[in-house]
Amino acid sequence: MTFALVFLAVIMATVIGWLLRQSLNTQPWQADDPLENRPGRGVIAVEPAKIALLSFIAVATSLFALFLSAYLMRMKMADWSPLTEPKLLWLNTGLLVLASIAFQLTRSAATRGQLPTVKTGLIAGGVCTTLFLLGQLVAWQQLNAGGYFMTGNPANAFFYVLTALHGMHLLGGMWVWGRTTARVLAGADARSVRLSVELCTVYWHYLLLVWIVLFALLLST
Amino acid sequence: MAYVAIADRDHDIEHHDPTTFITKYIWSQDHKVIAIQYSITAIFVGLVALVLSGMMRLQLGFPDSFSFITPNNYYQFITMHGMIMVIFLLTALFLGGFGNYLIPLMIGARDMVFPYMNMLSYWVYLVSVIVLLTSFFVPGGPTGAGWTLYPPQAILPGTPGTDWGIVLMLGSLALFIVAFTMGGLNYVTTILQARARGMTMMRLPLSLWGIFMATVLGLLAFPALFVSAVMMMLDKALGTSFFMPAIVSMGEQLDYDGGSPILFQHLFWFFGHPEVYIVALPAFGLVSDLLSTHARKNIFGYRMMVWAILAIGGLSFVVWAHHMYVSGMNPYFGFFFATTTLIIAVPTAIKVYNWVLTLWQGNIHLTVPMLFAIAFIFTFTHGGLTGIFLGNVVVDLPLSDTYFVVAHFHMVMGVSPILVVFGSIYHWYPKITGRMLNETLGKVHFWGTLLGTYAIYLPMHYLGFLGVPRRYYAMGNTEFMPESAFVLNQSITISALIVAGFQLIFLYNLISSLRNGEKAGPNPWRATTLEWQTPDTPPKHGNWGHTLPEVHRWAYDYSVPGYPDDFIPQNVPADPSIPAYDQGSHGPDHGTSS
Ligand code: HEM
Ligand SMILES: [Cu+2]
Repeated sequence: MTFALVFLAVIMATVIGWLLRQSLNTQPWQADDPLENRPGRGVIAVEPAKIALLSFIAVATSLFALFLSAYLMRMKMADWSPLTEPKLLWLNTGLLVLASIAFQLTRSAATRGQLPTVKTGLIAGGVCTTLFLLGQLVAWQQLNAGGYFMTGNPANAFFYVLTALHGMHLLGGMWVWGRTTARVLAGADARSVRLSVELCTVYWHYLLLVWIVLFALLLST
Repeated sequence: MAYVAIADRDHDIEHHDPTTFITKYIWSQDHKVIAIQYSITAIFVGLVALVLSGMMRLQLGFPDSFSFITPNNYYQFITMHGMIMVIFLLTALFLGGFGNYLIPLMIGARDMVFPYMNMLSYWVYLVSVIVLLTSFFVPGGPTGAGWTLYPPQAILPGTPGTDWGIVLMLGSLALFIVAFTMGGLNYVTTILQARARGMTMMRLPLSLWGIFMATVLGLLAFPALFVSAVMMMLDKALGTSFFMPAIVSMGEQLDYDGGSPILFQHLFWFFGHPEVYIVALPAFGLVSDLLSTHARKNIFGYRMMVWAILAIGGLSFVVWAHHMYVSGMNPYFGFFFATTTLIIAVPTAIKVYNWVLTLWQGNIHLTVPMLFAIAFIFTFTHGGLTGIFLGNVVVDLPLSDTYFVVAHFHMVMGVSPILVVFGSIYHWYPKITGRMLNETLGKVHFWGTLLGTYAIYLPMHYLGFLGVPRRYYAMGNTEFMPESAFVLNQSITISALIVAGFQLIFLYNLISSLRNGEKAGPNPWRATTLEWQTPDTPPKHGNWGHTLPEVHRWAYDYSVPGYPDDFIPQNVPADPSIPAYDQGSHGPDHGTSS
């Protein structure tokens, strides 16, 4: 559980630290405190959707950290026998990196209002992600064909569960991606999708990071 | 980026006034309607759980008298009762119900930031409740694994409901978590981003601090339940061995190998202990506002109350293993968790002192909400003290899994939060419906409930000391139980049935006051917080008419010296010579004629 605890401690420290800062140097009992409308006091100057995304990322981090904690604890049991990850995963990792890069480019294009780049960027990001997901399915099939069944060993089971969980998070992202791309293809202005593109970009980077941690852990154990 | 409060971007926010009955009351995106939907659903399942507890008590008080309560039924009732009360009633009611209703109103917003997601949250919650209740009607019935669902027994034959019940239970929990996450992201974002001008974090009423922190805890802790539910589901459905050890069941070697039931316990309680505070923190917040309003005094030590909430929130993640002292653990761990458990008692005790000091020399109005709030201080102190007993390893070992534990957690997270729920319903009902609840019936309900629950739970402490174990269908002939213990069990059962009867008075009051209640006016309790300053009561869609309120002070300006009224609403400017309070509805520049 230490693994999950560390992550949660970081998240809680951020939240509590921020809240605590709101409380310092205040005299809440005073009416019309001249401090009250100063920047930083109170509302954070970003779009609500970004706060929601960050909060969701905190939730997802908790989820993945707990799964990894479970992984590390279960690993210590006698019956654990590690599996050899298919080489294909390296290719998949490359695809996910490309997807992240594509989103990053789309994002700067969207801020600058360059519609053609936004279009290509979105499509490229979507295609790479789809290929990644298909690649993961192929990797599953290879494992199955190699006799690494879900019930064979907890190491296998964890492999399937963790990759599925990660894939499902990506699918959720693809839903937002799909709506954004549809809007762009239907002729929406580049700036009007800036927020959605930014959210996708942050989310994809996050999921890339999660994948790298997962992959490293799977490889090393 | 510049500082732009949402309040100042009001014109950006579109208001689609719902027109048809369906969009207004069913597929509604209005936080007030969603709050009521959440509350009614939660209270409904809560009543189911109450009936289940009555049946358990019948069996315990009068064993062998009721043939329809078999041992299997008994375990199924226990499980469903516990899970419903903790999750589907209390969590849903405090956050989905009170959170939804109060957050936008108390911060001066028109609605949640993501109304559509808010609506989805309710509907997914409703589905999770339906899935849960379906398990009463499937072959084998609901699971009887106890609300802790410990493997291996939760999925092995011998425990009732291992065919369908456990699957539905796990599925229902997963759905609940999805629903909660959608709601929770909304509550957090709304409190952070949609506060009216001047509403700094430190001017939030404590209700919202409690709800906010509980939501943060929920968002981070429910994933642990989700993880355990997913892995247990796989163990059950596909035959993996995450939790399932190699085991011989009914003379047969099963296919499982090497899994770790302790791993499940860690994950479960990593969620389970914060869950206690997910229920307690909103109760702490709400009760603070009730006490302050009805004692006409500012809350004692507002900042300390906030800091205590933060401290409790942080610490609640590092005490989980005090539920596992008897599972066998390294003694150093036991020591660590006993220490953290005792540390978390400090901020909790500070809150209790501050509540008492708030009452000190207050102008106490013994209204029904106030009675419930004061009773909460008693029951909570009581349950908290037994918690300190149980937090110590050596004391816990003999008491664990006895009725002492049942008494403890019922006082602390059953009775206490429920008293706050009642107090809060009596307090906010006038805003929600425009009418007062009947006061006499309220007082009858209060005394019946308070005295009755003491008659139920005080003797349970004693039974626990005798060593009567919990989760036993019948005690049979035992030497350690004196005759008096059996008599006590009967009296507990009778009290439980009487308490349940008193809740019917409450239900009657809720329904009949809708039509016959005295008209409430906008601010019957003469309270300061924003929800009482809306132009309409009950508030209309969009809450605030044309202009959003502007906040000039904290929520606790009661009995301010030199001011003619004994309260100053939050939207009244600093200069009290400006008579902003106009029938409790709006400030000078907030006038609307609609
Ligand atoms: C009049 C009201 C209530 C009565 C008479 C009652 C009675 C009982 C009884 C007899 C048990 C079984 C004890 C055992 O054999 O181990 C039980 C368990 C439990 N109750 Fe209640 N209860 C009431 C209200 C509540 C409330 C409001 C909560 C909400 C927190 C709650 C939470 C629980 C939990 C968590 C368990 C443990 C379930 C388990 O062992 O799996 N109860 N209750
Ligand atoms: Cu605990």
